[in-house]
Amino acid sequence: MAFVQQSSPHAHKARPTSRVMLWVMVAALPGLFAQTLFFGWGNLINVVFCITIAVLSEAALLRLRKKPVAFVIRDNTAAVTGLLLGLSLPQFAPWWVSMVAVISAIVVAKQLYGGLGSNPFNPAMVGYALVLVSFPVAMTTNWAEPAMLWDGAPGFSETLATIASGQQTAVDGWTMATPLDEYKHKIASHTSAEVLTHPTFGDGIAKGWEWVNAAFLAGGLLLIGLRIISWHIPAGFLGGLIVMSLAFGNNADLYAPVSLHLLAGGTMLGAFFIATDPVSAATSHQGKLIYGAGIGILIYLIRTWGNYPDAVAFSVLLMNFAVPFIDHYTPPRTYGHHKARRGVPGNQG
Amino acid sequence: MTHLWDFPGGIHPPQHKDFSTARPIRHTGIPERLILPLQQHIGDPAEAIVEVGERVLKGQIIADVKTGMGVAVHAPTSGLIESISEHPVPHPSGMADWCITLKPDGEDQWCSRNPVTDYRALDRDQVLEIIRNAGISGMGGAGFPTNIKLRPPRDRKVSTLILNGAECEPYITADDMTMREKADDVVAGLKVMAWILRPERCVIGIEDNKPEAIAAMRKATEGTQTEIAVIPTKYPSGGEKQLIQILTGMEVPSGGIPADIGVMCQNIGTAVAVAQAVLGGSPLISRIVTITGEAVREPGNFEVLIGTPIEYLLEQAGIQLDKLSRLVLGGPMMGYTLTTEAIPVIKTTNCVIAATASELPAPPPEQPCIRCGQCAEACPMELLPQQLFWYAKATEFEKAEHLNLFDCIECGACSYVCPSSIPLVQYYRFAKGEIRVQRAEQLKADHARERFEARQARLEREREEKELRRKERARAAAEAQEKKQAEAEKAAAEGEAVDERSAKAALVEQALARKKAKTEASQPPPAADITEEKPDIESLEKQLSQAQSKLETMQGMLDEAKAQQADNVEKLERAVAKNHDRVKRAEEALTEARNKLATRPAESQSTH
Repeated sequence: MAFVQQSSPHAHKARPTSRVMLWVMVAALPGLFAQTLFFGWGNLINVVFCITIAVLSEAALLRLRKKPVAFVIRDNTAAVTGLLLGLSLPQFAPWWVSMVAVISAIVVAKQLYGGLGSNPFNPAMVGYALVLVSFPVAMTTNWAEPAMLWDGAPGFSETLATIASGQQTAVDGWTMATPLDEYKHKIASHTSAEVLTHPTFGDGIAKGWEWVNAAFLAGGLLLIGLRIISWHIPAGFLGGLIVMSLAFGNNADLYAPVSLHLLAGGTMLGAFFIATDPVSAATSHQGKLIYGAGIGILIYLIRTWGNYPDAVAFSVLLMNFAVPFIDHYTPPRTYGHHKARRGVPGNQG
Repeated sequence: MTHLWDFPGGIHPPQHKDFSTARPIRHTGIPERLILPLQQHIGDPAEAIVEVGERVLKGQIIADVKTGMGVAVHAPTSGLIESISEHPVPHPSGMADWCITLKPDGEDQWCSRNPVTDYRALDRDQVLEIIRNAGISGMGGAGFPTNIKLRPPRDRKVSTLILNGAECEPYITADDMTMREKADDVVAGLKVMAWILRPERCVIGIEDNKPEAIAAMRKATEGTQTEIAVIPTKYPSGGEKQLIQILTGMEVPSGGIPADIGVMCQNIGTAVAVAQAVLGGSPLISRIVTITGEAVREPGNFEVLIGTPIEYLLEQAGIQLDKLSRLVLGGPMMGYTLTTEAIPVIKTTNCVIAATASELPAPPPEQPCIRCGQCAEACPMELLPQQLFWYAKATEFEKAEHLNLFDCIECGACSYVCPSSIPLVQYYRFAKGEIRVQRAEQLKADHARERFEARQARLEREREEKELRRKERARAAAEAQEKKQAEAEKAAAEGEAVDERSAKAALVEQALARKKAKTEASQPPPAADITEEKPDIESLEKQLSQAQSKLETMQGMLDEAKAQQADNVEKLERAVAKNHDRVKRAEEALTEARNKLATRPAESQSTH
């Protein structure tokens, strides 16, 4: 009789890519919940919209590339890219901004490079950076004022209508400068105490933002606990950011304090969900630490001395450039060898 | 409490060991035919020393390795040698190889055995010879001849002897059951090996999922200094390199052997075989094999004669052929699938898994690598599996080698965890195979180049020597010419006074004499005369110098071969001796000829 012929191993542990991606989405839910709670319906609407566009554009491209659409789309990676963009974009970003971001992420940054596994740059961050430099007004004036969902935030239909209207700027009363933006622009002419009186900071560190970041931190720890991501990139990322803000900005009257760096803006989302995209990140443990630290340091530099109040997208993309270089110099030491064999023959190394 | 270290990576696959530990070890008895492959271990194949039709006794040596590395093969029972022919053997490729087929006569009659009552009274080399002649090779993995392993290089003192009872692969319980039921034999074998090696420390490493085996071994080692190290269950803790790391914290250098760091690992089954060989006088003719999987009704461990067909074993364990989908030889992580159940059990066969389709399902289709790094997390050797995969796939073997491809132990942990279900190990095997082929071809090409260069150098040398000799001859000729001329001039000067007429007369006389000589020469003279009269010094000299130069070349080649310890030394030595003779003969011929030449002028004067 004919027996099954197979190369070893014969046993496999089934946690396929599709399930890994599903867990990433599940882990992002607390963050999305906090965003909705503190900033209204905007993020939720964006998430749904972005996932839809992402899956549709991925399917279209797969069809053009003559790939098995149903099989590949089930890996859930396009949905994760959509989700991450939906979580990152301003709450009242007009629909076409989101659409441009998603399409450039999926079509240009992912599929044109060869699809899953072949993209050197984080697709979601390519999309984000593209709309940030292309539509600065829409991307900076549409951040929702922190207001509890049940207490003053615009309703679901109003939010949906605002996004769907496609207006560059939303209703003035609904939006507000982000804490990082406010601090960055006011601190030059005010003391820290004066700056912090602005309602965007609330009573704590950064109203609403602190909870959103805490929720993403919790989700990230879940991913580490499930061994879906390793701790190295988030540790490097947060470590780099903390070291930089303690080394250069311990005077709150000159620079944003470390608490604001950690708990305002997209820090935790970036550290646990964006920088950890394995395809575009460094591979070895040492490499991941360096890669994460590079992102953390760049975020601080851009936030403090650059033109943008937040800088996750640019920092991640810049470090994506450095990944081949980092990988080249950070292979692990193999068992039985005295030291790691750096570089690769034939690659100028 | 033994101090334990951890090794990086590793996985925790489902054990499935309880399938085969519920029943005690059973004996399968004697099958209708035994098929004994001539090559059952690493090294050189054995040569059959019996004839077809010959009756052999149980334990009799029927094949042996005369030159090279290897151990003997024995008849597992008495019977007739039915054939010596090609038959499918246990190999991942499903290939056939030379096997001796034995038809048992049912009498199971032993040949004479020589148990040793006190091996301590013997020489260590004698004990090693007993182990060799008992046909023992490592029974866990590749099957390295045990007597050779037990004699590490002189400068490599083994200070830690490890008995590998980890048995980390799922399903396999052969060592577990052996430790439970034959703990005393295991310890006795360990003692023999310890006596040979004189280590400072003896450790038996057992995974903590085998409490019965641990208890049995504790009891058997009571009062001895042997440590029982209970190690955490984690695949592949039973890998030699990993077990050494767990028990000593040291790493075997890449490309080296454990003896390089003063450690040696031996298998549980090997220890039992050594005990039976030395203390019982019985060669290795049977072993414990686990027959398991959901397609057999009564899985368990069997004491099986070497050469028993797998088919027969499966029947004993109650095979349900309708359920059987995959037949794996070895464990589910590193074993290989069989194409036929007709192959025999050999010395390294530890497990047969008869799996149903739902038990070991086909993996889902391969997806793109997302560089998630799970493979690197699982790798016990701290390699970069995904980079190795990229380079293997792109056939960039040089880069794969640079990333230590050859340190991969093919444990399968990376493939096991890969979320994209990429058959990583298969890619590595492919790359290793290709590199080995390339290396072999490179070696061949190098040899061809060396041969060509050597030939060119020889031709050049010969040409130069020839040229030198030609010049030498030309110089000699010119000198002779000069001398002649000088003599002629002298004679001319002396004979100046002589009448021209008389000179003319002399010339005529000379011409007449020449003519006479010529006519005499044209008469056919006796053949012997010619050779005697005209010994060809020149051609003899040439012969001699040729023989001498050839001798020199041969001597050079011989020296080189000796330096490189090539295997054609003997041949070259013969050639050199032959050339010596040739030179001698040429010299003799030449001196003879010269002597003749020296005596002849006198003779010719007297005759003419």
